[in-house]
Amino acid sequence: MVKVSIGAVNYVPASSLNYKTGSWRSMRPNLDETKCKGCNLCFIFCPDSAIVMCERIIDGKPKKKAQINYDYCKGCGICAKECSADAITMTEEVK
Amino acid sequence: MVKMVMRGNEATALGAKLCRPHVIPAYPITPSTMFPERISEYIADGELDSEFVLVESEHSAMSAAIGAAATGARVTTATASQGLELMHEMLFIASGMRLPIIMAVGNRALSAPINIWCDHQDTISARDCGWIQMYAERNQEALDLMIMAFKIGENKRVLLPALVGLDAFVLTHTQEIVDAPTQEEVDKFLPPYKPTHVYLDPKRPISIGSFGSPDVYMEFRFAQDIAMSVEAPKVIDEVFKEWEKLFGRKYQKVTAFECKDADIIIVTMGSMTGTARETVRKLRAAGKKVGLCKITVLRPFPDQELKEILKNAKVVAVADRSLSLGYGGPVYAEIASSFINDAKKPMVQSFIIGLGGRDVLIKDFETIVSKCEATVRSGKVEKTTEWINVNYEPAEVK
Repeated sequence: MVKVSIGAVNYVPASSLNYKTGSWRSMRPNLDETKCKGCNLCFIFCPDSAIVMCERIIDGKPKKKAQINYDYCKGCGICAKECSADAITMTEEVK
Repeated sequence: MVKMVMRGNEATALGAKLCRPHVIPAYPITPSTMFPERISEYIADGELDSEFVLVESEHSAMSAAIGAAATGARVTTATASQGLELMHEMLFIASGMRLPIIMAVGNRALSAPINIWCDHQDTISARDCGWIQMYAERNQEALDLMIMAFKIGENKRVLLPALVGLDAFVLTHTQEIVDAPTQEEVDKFLPPYKPTHVYLDPKRPISIGSFGSPDVYMEFRFAQDIAMSVEAPKVIDEVFKEWEKLFGRKYQKVTAFECKDADIIIVTMGSMTGTARETVRKLRAAGKKVGLCKITVLRPFPDQELKEILKNAKVVAVADRSLSLGYGGPVYAEIASSFINDAKKPMVQSFIIGLGGRDVLIKDFETIVSKCEATVRSGKVEKTTEWINVNYEPAEVK
């Protein structure tokens, strides 16, 4: 059974995170972390906030790297288009 | 109550004012312009403490109305014709978000060709938008229905927007004597609007107008239809009864006149009802068994009440002041279909009449009755849809 609020009002803040939209994806971005310069461009341009910038320890030093959250990425390819280091390639999503 | 002389637009504006709306976003359009004019005068004169929002279009007027209503405010507006069509997509949203916005609509024809006169096409084209629709026959009804619309729409079992249709010029610009309730009387009838489903409170964050995917959308529409089809009909009856008790004026979703033994019953909506009533009086005096059924509430559609009145007639003549191109009369279609599963049913004929402000006269209803008499004699409907008072000849292209 589906619980229905009057006027589809949602009383739980930030609950859109519970709605995972990654299954809509037909193209998948693949990130080559060795090429990623941590420039933030993909993070800025992603229309779905599906890019998370994180820190990795590489050769003993902290380096900023992009990470793709596939729970929400819809595969639009904007990150691959904007990437300054050609670190993201789009391939067909195979389930 | 105070007896006053007023135009239909003044009646709806006064009705709205007496309901103490918080916000009134409006964009002027003929024949409803007088509504925002009166409202802004009330505010300028200090008679009404409301926020009047000047907008750049009707789409914005309804958008502002939705935004204001979503904070828990009581909201009203007015429009007509093209203005209502420009609001169209927002009409669904007001209803889906269950915001009881109350609107007066001066029923006017749609372009092309451009025409500012009486026609029901505007609200008829909006009848699937999830708004309660009520139609006034006189200015008194326009005033009364406007006030009652707030009480109906704001009822917690309903929570739906409602519109009151009043015929362009015939009502909007014509003066009639109207019994105006006092502020104290309306305050007693209509409590302050205190919604619990939506209101602005930073301590209670909510999302409205949310996304509804295929696994939940149908359930929301189902809930909306319970409010419209199950609850609204009951609440309308309750509010009509309460109004009668307080003010002595009786309202019904459909009103029968001389229908008990009638062979032929004319069905009308809006101001043409008065003309039809005169025709019935005249024909009754000549010994003809003719009756009249007036529709006041079109949405929710009062099929049971209509059938109760119409079921014993031989022919029902539905006069439509609008048209579904490629089909015929929209109200005819709904009345005819409400009988479809019954063993005993009258023959139903559709008459298209009075489009774009074409006068509707007693002789037009006499024509309708004489056509129905021919149907009674032959026992079958020769022509389902007929146009009344049309003198058509194609012009050459030059």
